[in-house]
Amino acid sequence: MVQARKLVYEYEKRDDEGNVIGMNRAVDGIDIDIRQGQFAAILGHNGSGKSTLAKHMNAILVPTGGTMWVNGRDTKDPRELMHVRQSAGMVFQNPDNQIIGTVVEEDVGFGPENLGVPTDEIWKRVEDSLRAVGMLEYRTHSPNKLSGGQKQRVAIAGVIAMEPRCIVLDEPTAMLDPNGRKEVIRTVQELRKRRNVTVILITHYMEEVIDADQVYVMDSGHIVMKGTPREIFSQVEELKKYRLDVPQVTMLAEELRRRGISLPRGILRREELVDAVDRYACMLKENQS
Amino acid sequence: MIRDITIGQYYPAKSCIHRLDPRVKIVSTLLFLISLFVQNSLLGYAAATVFLGGVIRASRVPLKFIVKGLKAVVMLLMFTVVMQLFLTKGGDVLADFRIFEITEKGLRTAVFMAVRLIYLIIGSSIMTFTTTPNALTDGMESLLRPLNRFQVPVHEVAMMMSIALRFIPILLEETDKIMKAQIARGADLESGNIIQRTKAMVPILVPLFVSAFRRANDLAMAMESRCYNGGENRTRMKPLVYKTGDYMAYAVTVIYLTATFVLGRFVPFHLWIF
Amino acid sequence: MSIRLEHINYIYSQGSAYEKHALKDVSLEIPQGQFVGIIGHTGSGKSTLIQHLNGLLIASSGALYYNGQNIYQDKYDMKSLRSQVGLVFQYPEHQLFEVDVFTDVCFGPKNQGLSKQECEIRAKEALELVGFPEKHYSQSPFELSGGQKRRAAIAGVLAMRPKVLVLDEPTAGLDPKGRDDILDQIAQLHGQTGMTVILVSHSMEDIARYVERIIVMNKGTKMLDGAPREVFSHYRELEQVGLAAPQVTYIMHGLKERGIDVRTDATTVEEAAEEISGTLHFLRGHR
Repeated sequence: MVQARKLVYEYEKRDDEGNVIGMNRAVDGIDIDIRQGQFAAILGHNGSGKSTLAKHMNAILVPTGGTMWVNGRDTKDPRELMHVRQSAGMVFQNPDNQIIGTVVEEDVGFGPENLGVPTDEIWKRVEDSLRAVGMLEYRTHSPNKLSGGQKQRVAIAGVIAMEPRCIVLDEPTAMLDPNGRKEVIRTVQELRKRRNVTVILITHYMEEVIDADQVYVMDSGHIVMKGTPREIFSQVEELKKYRLDVPQVTMLAEELRRRGISLPRGILRREELVDAVDRYACMLKENQS
Repeated sequence: MIRDITIGQYYPAKSCIHRLDPRVKIVSTLLFLISLFVQNSLLGYAAATVFLGGVIRASRVPLKFIVKGLKAVVMLLMFTVVMQLFLTKGGDVLADFRIFEITEKGLRTAVFMAVRLIYLIIGSSIMTFTTTPNALTDGMESLLRPLNRFQVPVHEVAMMMSIALRFIPILLEETDKIMKAQIARGADLESGNIIQRTKAMVPILVPLFVSAFRRANDLAMAMESRCYNGGENRTRMKPLVYKTGDYMAYAVTVIYLTATFVLGRFVPFHLWIF
Repeated sequence: MSIRLEHINYIYSQGSAYEKHALKDVSLEIPQGQFVGIIGHTGSGKSTLIQHLNGLLIASSGALYYNGQNIYQDKYDMKSLRSQVGLVFQYPEHQLFEVDVFTDVCFGPKNQGLSKQECEIRAKEALELVGFPEKHYSQSPFELSGGQKRRAAIAGVLAMRPKVLVLDEPTAGLDPKGRDDILDQIAQLHGQTGMTVILVSHSMEDIARYVERIIVMNKGTKMLDGAPREVFSHYRELEQVGLAAPQVTYIMHGLKERGIDVRTDATTVEEAAEEISGTLHFLRGHR
C-alpha cells in the first residue's frame, strides 16, 4: 500500500539573511513496506523526521531522492497527485486547523466535493462517515463547540468520506487529554476492523501502538528500529537512547527483571504482567513444597 | 459590549424566510434598499412598511431582537438626524435658536432620513438574521459567478470568506488567552495614553499574528491533502436550487417594487407628515 | 505565607444563555513551599481555578486570601499579586513575542518597573533555573525547538521571582524525553528555590512521581485532596469520573486479587518494583 525506497528529503538551511548555508536531511534513505490492511506505527521524538515522512505519503512533500509509492503510484508524478491524495487520507495534529467547514457535515463533505462526487452520493458518504466515527448526532453543530477528541473524529470522518484505502494520522492525539486520546484511538481501531483500511499512526505515546502490526522507530531521519511492539518494547535501553520510553507496564516488568525476577521480555498489558508475576509466584510456591 | 451588537448575527428559527434560497434573499434585500431611494412619498413608504412588517412577521425573528440591533448604530442615526435638522433650510421657520433655526423642510428631511436609515438597517439585518454566513457566501458566489469572465476569482474570494467566518471565533478566543498570559506577566493594558496603550498591544499582536500564520499554513496543508484544487471540477454538497417558494418570493418582491414605485412617483398624493 | 480559598464559586457569563457554573464551593489551602498537583479532565474547572490564584478571574462569591490578605478587598494591589503568583499557561511558547529570548524574558521584570540592570540579572537567573543554554540567549524565540521554547516561556514568568509558580499542562505536546526533562527541571527548581509549585496535569503518571499532594477536580468541585497514595486508593471513584489512576495502581490491585500479598499503595514504577520483588523474595526465603 505504502512503499518507499531510499527515500530522501532535503531542504535548504538558511542563515539570518536568507542565504543558503547548507542542506538538511529530514528524511535520509528510508525503506518501508506497509501492506494493505496493516496497522503500522511510526515512533520518534520531535524532530526525528516522522512528520516529514508522513507528509510524503500524501504527496504534500515529494522526495528529493528515492521514490515513494502509494497504492502503486509514484508520488512524484504530478498526474497521480489526486489519486495519491485520495487513496491515502491524512489527519493532522491540531484539531482546530484542519476543519474547514463551519458546520460539521459541511466539513465532512469538503473532500468529496473536491473529488467531484455527485451531490446525492456526497450526502450518503457524509452520513456514513459520521456514523462510522460516532458523530452523526452532531452533524449540524458548529465545530467550535466540540471537544478536541470530537473534532479529531470529525477530521477522521472527513478523510473516510473520500473513501481512501489508507489513513495516515500524524500525531492525532498530541493535543488531546487522556479521554480524547482514547476516543480517537478507539475510533481508528474500529474503522480498521470494519473497513479493512490501512492505518499508519505517527505518535509519541507508547501506549497507543501496542496493538500495531508493525512499529518503526525513527531518529534523525533514519529508521533505527523495526518490529512488532513486543520486539520493540523489549529494548528499553535502546528506546531511551532515541528519546522515547516504554509503556509503564513494560517499564515495571523490566525493573522486576533487573531485580532478579525472571519474567518474559516485552510485556505490554497490565493483565499480562499480573499473569506473569502470578505464574512466577506459583512456581516459587511449588519449589517450596 | 461586543455581545450587544446583533447586526450580522444569525438568528436560528424555522420560518419560510429562513428556508428561502440565499440568492433570493440577497437580491430581494438589494431591491428593497433600492426601493427606499427611488421614491420619497408617504404612500411609497407606507408600502415599504407593509412589506418590511410582513417579512419580519414571516421570519419569526422577535422584534425585540431586531430593535436591539439598532442600538449599535443609534449614535450614527442621531448624528444624521441632527445634521439634517439644522442644516437643511427651507419652508416655514418652526423654531429659532438665534444661531440656528429649525425649518419645516429641515424637520421633514430629518424625519425622512431617520426612517430611511432605520428601514435600511432593518432590511439588511433581516437577511443576516435569517441566513447562515455559509449560505450567504454560497449565494454571493453563485450571484457573482458571471464576474469570472472578467478574471475575478469569485470562488476563491467566497472560500476565503467562509474560512474567515470559521476562524474568527477561534482567533477571538486566542486573543483572550494571549492577553491573559501577558497580564500574568505584569503587562498593563488599561492605563496610559494612546501611545503607551498602542505600544502595550505589541506583546498581544505579535503572538496573534504568528499564530494566525501558523493556522493558515496548517489549514492550507489540510485543504490540499483533501484534494482541494480551486473551484474547478468541484461538485456541491448543498447546491443552490430554486424551488417554488423562491419564485414566489421573487414575485412578491417585484410586486412590492412596482407598487412603491407607482405609488411614490405617479399617484398625485404628495401628503407628508405635516 | 499561603494561599487560602474559602467557598469560591465562579459562574461564567452570568445571566446569559451561556451561563456555566465552573467552580462550586471550592475551599482549600496551599501552604508556602508545597509541591501540589491539580488533576481533572477538560472542563473540570482546573484551569478556571488556577486563574483565580493570581486574580485573572474574580470569584462570583467566596474569598481568596494570599498571605492572610483578602485579595478581593478594595485597593488590593493585583499587580503585585500577579508578580508573586506566576502563572504559566498551556503552550506558553505561544506568548513569546520579542526579537530574542533574553529580551522576552526581561518583559516580566520590566513590567515590574525594575531597572534595566536588575531585569537582566533576573532574566539570566531565570534562564539558568530552567536550564536554558546560554548560547541561545540572543536567538529569536521562533527558531527554537519545542522544548527550548517552552523553557524560555517558563523563564519569562520565573524572571518575576514569584513565590508561587503555577504551571498549566507544562508537558503538553512534548515527546517523552522532553516531558521528563521539563518535569525534572521543575522538581529541581522547587528544591532549589523553596517556591510553591502548582502543577496542573491530566497525566496521573507524570504527577505521581513528583508531587506531595494531589487535588482532583471534577465538574467544578474539589473531589479528592491528599497525598498521591491516598488519592489513588480511590481508583474506582477516579475511574467513574473518567480519570484513571497510574497503571501501577491497577497492577498492584490485580496482584492482590490473585492472592499475592503486596501493599497496593505504590504510585511509581520504582515503588511498585520494590514492593513486588520484596514480596516475591519473601516467598522464596521461606523455602
